[in-house]
Amino acid sequence: MTDGPIISIRGLEVAARSRHGMLRPLRGIDLDLPRAATTGLVGESGCGKSMTARALLNITPSPMRITAGSIVLDDRKTPPVDLAALDPDGAPMRAIRGRRLAMIFQEPMTAFSPVHTIGNQIAEMLLIHEKLDKRAAKERSIEMLELVGMPNPRQHFDAHPFKLSGGMRQRAMIAMALACKPDVLVADEPTTALDVTIQAQILELLQRLQQELGMTVLLITHDLGVVARTTRRVAVMYLGEVVEETTTEALFDAPRHPYTQGLLGSVPRLGSRRGKRERLPAMRGSVPSALAELPGCAFQPRCPKAVAGLCDVVKPQMAEVAPGHRARCLLYPEVLAASVALEAA
Amino acid sequence: MIEAQTAPLLEIRGLSKRFPIHSGLSRRVTGEVRAIDGIDLNITRGETLGLVGESGCGKSTTGRAILRAIEPSAGEILFHDRDGTVDVAKLGRTELKRIRRKMQMVFQDPYASLNPRMNVEEIIAEPLICLDHLTHKQRRDRVVELLELVGLNASYLLRYPHTFSGGQRQRIGIARALALEPDFVVCDEAVSALDVSVQAQVLNLLSDIQERLGTTYLFISHDLGVIEHQCDRVAVMYLGRIVEFAETEALLRTPKMPYVEALLSAVPEPDPHVRRERVAIRGEVADPANRPSGCPFHPRCPYAQEVCKSTVPPLRQVEGVTGPHLAACHFAEALSLRGVA
Ligand SMILES: Nc1ncnc2c1ncn2[C@@H]1O[C@H](COP(=O)(O)OP(=O)(O)OP(=O)(O)O)[C@@H](O)[C@H]1O
Ligand SMILES: Nc1ncnc2c1ncn2[C@@H]1O[C@H](COP(=O)(O)OP(=O)(O)O)[C@@H](O)[C@H]1O
Ligand code: SF4
Ligand code: SF4
Ligand SMILES: [Mg+2]
Ligand SMILES: [Mg+2]
Repeated sequence: MTDGPIISIRGLEVAARSRHGMLRPLRGIDLDLPRAATTGLVGESGCGKSMTARALLNITPSPMRITAGSIVLDDRKTPPVDLAALDPDGAPMRAIRGRRLAMIFQEPMTAFSPVHTIGNQIAEMLLIHEKLDKRAAKERSIEMLELVGMPNPRQHFDAHPFKLSGGMRQRAMIAMALACKPDVLVADEPTTALDVTIQAQILELLQRLQQELGMTVLLITHDLGVVARTTRRVAVMYLGEVVEETTTEALFDAPRHPYTQGLLGSVPRLGSRRGKRERLPAMRGSVPSALAELPGCAFQPRCPKAVAGLCDVVKPQMAEVAPGHRARCLLYPEVLAASVALEAA
Repeated sequence: MIEAQTAPLLEIRGLSKRFPIHSGLSRRVTGEVRAIDGIDLNITRGETLGLVGESGCGKSTTGRAILRAIEPSAGEILFHDRDGTVDVAKLGRTELKRIRRKMQMVFQDPYASLNPRMNVEEIIAEPLICLDHLTHKQRRDRVVELLELVGLNASYLLRYPHTFSGGQRQRIGIARALALEPDFVVCDEAVSALDVSVQAQVLNLLSDIQERLGTTYLFISHDLGVIEHQCDRVAVMYLGRIVEFAETEALLRTPKMPYVEALLSAVPEPDPHVRRERVAIRGEVADPANRPSGCPFHPRCPYAQEVCKSTVPPLRQVEGVTGPHLAACHFAEALSLRGVA
């Protein structure tokens, strides 16, 4: 692709003061979303995936706020704009949200108001953003419900969210998110709460819509199978940073960061023929809290490859370790050079 | 491998549970859900038996009914142990209390299943209180021993649940369930809420304990990768019934029931070079309040024939296969279904 990314995140930090100290869920995210493709964002619970999604839409939960960095949206139709510099509640940000950037959540009930029908809620979006009249908005909403494979869309237009099954609710939320044909869709664990047969239907739907509409998708998940099936590139997060970023093939074929290697190794794969008498290679420990301040590499206390005197001293920077493959680990000469240079400066 | 001489620890016959359906406001009973409907299951001593199926199919209800955490509506639960055989379904309160020492449960939610006002020592010691011959010192030693068994140590004794991570809480739940060295433990989605790294730690722990104490597990999970890794045999449920039951290897490689084929094909492979061809099934998750006639899977089954709409296929031994392999499908022998490679 000669084409630049549609979203370019640089040095993004989100933080808030708390009774126990500074909470720092995002500690300098660098991430590009290539246009009209699906990028995966993975990592264990608490590493900052959802916070990244929220920061991208400039809806960080109070008292969390963006304290540094930029999020440049370049849709090639209008001049590039830095979302991080916009007032979260201002008119320009509100116009972008929903219309050019949309989000779907893990729990669809958080996206819908329980007292209105799903149809009216989708139509409402169209009334606000697309300035359609009521009838046109209703027809477009029904089309959207049809597009996402809702059975009997005309009837379900009048359904309240709690009347729908989990899979149908997820479809309705996708219909709402896509109603204004956004350029970028952020999907935070869109299938985690669903059964695998329904999950497969929803993932196929998202892929089809991504291709048909030429959308850019950021897919957040902790399921590495979902990543392998649906994404072109993947970023792996750990404690508020991206620690590895590359193509999906390269990530699974030759993961470079010890954290990624540990994650991939500890998943029991269906079809592995690995019986229970064989132990799973488990990584020790778990993700530290957003309060943690660790010298050197954040993964060092859990890393089986850590080098004493180096990893607990020098903070690794992100560097290219193979063409199109970036990692944040001092074992790679490129990273070591970049990190030492930065420390010296 | 299942050895012929190993007697079952549990023989479950016709286990059923019906829940009343209440109408919205008046709370009038307007019908009932057959959450589980005639479950037959032998659980072998020292095995891990997997129980899988979509949400609402009755997995948790089965686990809870076996332990009498909810009252079954019908059925026998024959428990054979060193002291003889009892039908757990018929026990009175005091006898039930005694048998509970031998049968325990680990829950899905490590946050909700521990009493937030008790410290770790109190939580784990609670089941030990019924052993009144223990001195205070002996009880504490036992708690420390249990903590060490699950990979924690004595320094945690006085801490409260909210100060632990999800994985640590799950370990505490397991330590508590194991306090009385039960013969049988129901693990209901015990690792589902955990990250893969912590999940791997807990799965290894469950295997270690089984090796040391000979514990028998009923292992409920919706994650088929976890099931393959952890279980000797697997039973698949659909709408309150068992629809396929075999050794893990046989069930995964050569499924004999179309729902199981669809389920296996839907699992996304964590390898971008492999694309499982999905057997598409129609429709949403089945609703036990609206059970279809005939084969309960027929409205979604890509192979359904006329007979499937009217006649319920019984769970029976599939012919022409080596070893025990039960399936509930009229065409179990005729269809050649795809398993995992
Ligand atoms: N409102 C908040 N106040 C304080 N800390 C928060 C808040 N929201 C998130 N955090 C912390 O920020 C970090 C990142 O949280 P985030 O929700 O982004 O994780 P995640 O990667 O999406 O995890 P999961 O996989 O569990 O959804 C965590 O340590 C979390 O505890
Ligand atoms: N306490 C209850 N009251 C009424 N219905 C229940 C109750 N518990 C479970 N059910 C119903 O029984 C069926 C099986 O539930 P459950 O055993 O929890 O399924 P699973 O664990 O497989 O997801 C579902 O339809 C569920 O709604
Ligand atoms: S920098 Fe050191 S501690 Fe960090 S991931 Fe690499 S080897 Fe491990
Ligand atoms: S009995 Fe008929 S409907 Fe049921 S699984 Fe077999 S083929 Fe499908
Ligand atoms: Mg999240
Ligand atoms: Mg359950």
